[in-house]
Amino acid sequence: MSNIKYILGLFEDPDDMMHGIDKLQENNISIYDVFTPMPIHGIDAKLGVKKSRLGIVAFICGITGTFTAFGMIYFMMVQDWPMNVGGKPNFAIPDFIPITFELTVLFCAFGMVGAFFFRNHLFPGRTPRVMELRATADRFVIAIDANKGFDSEKVDSLLKEAGAIEIKHNDRKYLSYE
Amino acid sequence: MGAHQHSYNFSEQFNFSGKAKILSIVGIIIGIAVVAYGFLSGNSERTFLNLLLMSYYFTCVCAAGLFFLAIQFVAQAGWSAALLRVPQSFARVLPFASIVLVIIVAAGLFSHNLYHWNSPEEAANFSSSKAFYLTPLFFLSRLVIFLTAYSVLGMVITKLSTNEDLHGGLSSYKKSIKYSAIFLVIFGFTTPLWAFDTIMSLEAEWFSTMFGWYNFAAMWVSGLAAITVTLILLKKAGYLGWINDNHFHNLGQFVFGFSIFWTYIWFAQFLLIYYANMPEETVYFYKRLEGFYMPLFWLNLIINFMSPVLILMSRDAKRKTNMLLVVCIILLCGHWLDYYIMIMPGTLGEAAGFGIIEIGTIIGFVGLFAFSVLTSLSKVSLAPKNHPFLEESLNHHI
Repeated sequence: MSNIKYILGLFEDPDDMMHGIDKLQENNISIYDVFTPMPIHGIDAKLGVKKSRLGIVAFICGITGTFTAFGMIYFMMVQDWPMNVGGKPNFAIPDFIPITFELTVLFCAFGMVGAFFFRNHLFPGRTPRVMELRATADRFVIAIDANKGFDSEKVDSLLKEAGAIEIKHNDRKYLSYE
Repeated sequence: MGAHQHSYNFSEQFNFSGKAKILSIVGIIIGIAVVAYGFLSGNSERTFLNLLLMSYYFTCVCAAGLFFLAIQFVAQAGWSAALLRVPQSFARVLPFASIVLVIIVAAGLFSHNLYHWNSPEEAANFSSSKAFYLTPLFFLSRLVIFLTAYSVLGMVITKLSTNEDLHGGLSSYKKSIKYSAIFLVIFGFTTPLWAFDTIMSLEAEWFSTMFGWYNFAAMWVSGLAAITVTLILLKKAGYLGWINDNHFHNLGQFVFGFSIFWTYIWFAQFLLIYYANMPEETVYFYKRLEGFYMPLFWLNLIINFMSPVLILMSRDAKRKTNMLLVVCIILLCGHWLDYYIMIMPGTLGEAAGFGIIEIGTIIGFVGLFAFSVLTSLSKVSLAPKNHPFLEESLNHHI
């Protein structure tokens, strides 16, 4: 009993799982996390998931790209090696815009992908964190932190009532890959 | 979340009466009075240019409604099914708008107030290929053929939707996809020519291959903004209970995205001409970047690019209908300015202005648009109740 860390309820049907979330929330049992093999509409609001901060990352990376590109072209075209192109001034802003735009997009895209992988432990060399393998295939999983003092029998019965086809009592958080 | 748990009345019809009707009729009367004043006070060229601007704008918005419809059918989109009646009402007004545009273009052409390539002394300036392209008969027949094709396909597509209401089934939907695809092909190839003829040939010495797409982008953004404004106002008047924040969010994304698309095309046209620096091309921007039009030129970019980017960027702004309404109205004004900058510098030049003729024509055409669109909207139910994706649209969530 004491070495159970997480209770997992495995569902076959997303509607049953949503029903299970409602049941648990009605009984004031806080849900640690939910794992599903596909996105489910409305689940973020139900679980009170905070708004993603990926947008902030995107903005910071994008603005870095803007300044990098603009600074780079300014250095090349105005400071380092001024050239006469079609009689235009060296500091011809319209010419700078396409490159500035492209580097903004490039930095933004790479930064977002990197940040996403980093947050999700998906880099090569980082161990993937999976609480239940079948959540990546065909099971909808609700995880409950067992150390929060909930009556584990009550949790089990609530999950079963909602239609869980399997309930697991795990003594470690993540599966190991050894 | 199960199907058919809603209690909406899809047979609900828009009741066009009261304040909306009176205001739109007053608008039309003001417009007619101002146009008459414009001709009588000896400003016939300026009046014609304003009539051309507004009738082109009017036709473009209606054509954009039809384009919206066609895209939804070809993409087999589900989210938009519940709001399709509004773009359909635009499409149903397209034949009328086209007639208005053709009459104004023809009258301007033959009275020598528009299209100076038609005057004998200027025609000699063109190379022979352009002279052939810009003969009144060929010019007008192109315009008539294009607009007839759009209008007929628009009538077919909207008619299929009303048939679907009566008979149900999938056959109307499948036919709509077919006609929409035909329309998109025709529209895609002919809108640039439509823009070249109607607007670009006002300054027939100058040309830009980007001009057609530039006009298409302006048309599409202003059409989307007009659809959104109509929907928000209908919703505020208590109709369309089934349209929610998610649908407005999608429309907001459309308006936001295509404002950036418009800027992209605008800049593509500007940069190429700036960079190549050929006198016969730069003359167009010289007129706009120096002197009288300079503030308007930059204001155009601020209104049509900066305002949607800065205001509509966040998710909340797209979901707050008041915010979306304000941005869409700003964009509708902004694209008026956009057309103004396309039309006026090469024709009236420094003699252009913003006075009673401009304001009166705008009011007149806004009234005409409201009157014709709302009349056509009031003739059918506000939701295509047998649309195969209606249920999906009601449960749309992003």
